[in-house]
Amino acid sequence: MQDLYREHILDHYENPRHHGVIEHADISHEESNPLCGDRIRIDVKLDGEGNRYRIADAAFTGDGCIISQAAASMLLEDVVGKSVDEVEQIEPQHMLDLVGIPLTAARVKCALLGLKVLKTGIKLWKLQQT
Amino acid sequence: MNDERWAAGQAGALDARSAMLDVRRIRADFPILAQQVNGKRVVFLDSAASSQKPIQVLQAMDDVYHRAYANVHRGVYAFSEAATQRYDQAREKVARFIGAPSAEQIVFTRNATEALNLLAYSYGRHFLRPGDEILITELEHHANFVPWQVLAQEHGLVLKFIPITPDGRLDLDKLDELLTPRTKLVSFAHVSNVLGTITDPRPIVQRAHAAGAKVIVDGSQSVPHMPVNVGEMDCDFLVFSGHKMLGPTGIGVLYGKRELLEAMPPFLTGGDMISAVGFDGPRWNDVPLKFEAGTPAFVEAIGLGAAVDYLSALGMDAVRAHEREITAYALERMSEVPGAQIIGPNDPEIRGGVVTFTLDRVHPHDLASLLDREGVAIRAGHHCAQPLHIRLGLNATARASFYIYNERHEVDALIEAIYKAKAALKR
Repeated sequence: MQDLYREHILDHYENPRHHGVIEHADISHEESNPLCGDRIRIDVKLDGEGNRYRIADAAFTGDGCIISQAAASMLLEDVVGKSVDEVEQIEPQHMLDLVGIPLTAARVKCALLGLKVLKTGIKLWKLQQT
Repeated sequence: MNDERWAAGQAGALDARSAMLDVRRIRADFPILAQQVNGKRVVFLDSAASSQKPIQVLQAMDDVYHRAYANVHRGVYAFSEAATQRYDQAREKVARFIGAPSAEQIVFTRNATEALNLLAYSYGRHFLRPGDEILITELEHHANFVPWQVLAQEHGLVLKFIPITPDGRLDLDKLDELLTPRTKLVSFAHVSNVLGTITDPRPIVQRAHAAGAKVIVDGSQSVPHMPVNVGEMDCDFLVFSGHKMLGPTGIGVLYGKRELLEAMPPFLTGGDMISAVGFDGPRWNDVPLKFEAGTPAFVEAIGLGAAVDYLSALGMDAVRAHEREITAYALERMSEVPGAQIIGPNDPEIRGGVVTFTLDRVHPHDLASLLDREGVAIRAGHHCAQPLHIRLGLNATARASFYIYNERHEVDALIEAIYKAKAALKR
């Protein structure tokens, strides 16, 4: 049983990194997983200009299962400092590798919710820029 | 398949001393339950979503495909006549099972959801007028919720809700206030798929009829688990799904009072549901065929007939007694778990075989995943009853549900797995 919720997952759930809200964020986006009600909101502060923006800071809030919340924490730890373009290229498998535990199909959606919120937020931000 | 032979065999599964089920003998009919999941023998506690199927049901369907398959109501040759005869027999079995006066009052649908949509489409769109009221309850499954929301929005109807009490029963004190001369339809779950609450339909039916409303009973969680008799309930319609009562997927039932079914226009149109088609228009077939356009799921209906034989041989009183006992035991064991909160009535007399709960600081999905590691299959989420969860102030709950093949030691396995999950999460 322990292999499913390894120490690092529980640690991210109990002590989430980048947890909270960023005032005057450049990107704020929230989505829910309709199946289980997991909810995640991500705020992003950008710096840079033109085509060279990077993630200066990011924070999330939400509620839901351990996988969804811990994955969001791991994701933000991973993306802060990266360029927006890099983040847009992140494959779902990268997120699953970060989580690093075997997930059934239904739980994969939980793990990917944060990435979906972040990517959609970036997409909407880019639309606003044009 | 010789119906009498295996039905007689099943009758022996009733333990004469206690009128309880001989679960060990029943389990021999469900080879799937001997499977292992993650190295553990499966403990299947999600029958409220869909039940497992005994070999008798699988064989009845297999036998049609192997020995007597041809389209029903068409051919004059032997295969077609044999299939048609078995299909008609299945309809008669279902009618007897719920105490319907005639097999013509049994309409086969895809499932309870389709039966409710049929009613919303055919009865609702034909007989209800703007300003009319439909009364449902706060605890309904989406299947008995969304069709009425859509109908109300499209046709200017008013949708009202019978509230629930804090312990999860319908608050019938509000019924007189909610029933008005404009109330044309009342629809409610006989047994809640989340709270397990068993509602006695008779007082609601009587008061609704007195107010001039027709009554639909959603029997999805009652017909598989307890004696249900449409004559005694006096409901106007009853809907249920085959796959929750040992039958296959893709087959469900709408029972209706004859004069209502006859007055209703068809739902889907096409072949089989007409008596004649000319260039000037069609003439509808008689009930129930008027509502069964196209080639029906007759093999599945025959499978449902075999499921009804199986349950009848056990006796629905014995089925209910078994579930009441195992539910009482599960409620008792669950109440010992620190941090566990049981949702719904604590009294097993008014609770079907459903134990829904939350666990302090453990999300139901995490719990379900951890239990799966132990081979224990439970459901987690909102169980297609989001409005109820909003009312309860919960995002999600965990649910263990029981059927004829579940044993007390499986409740023990569930509790033990919950303790293990708590330990794994350091709760």
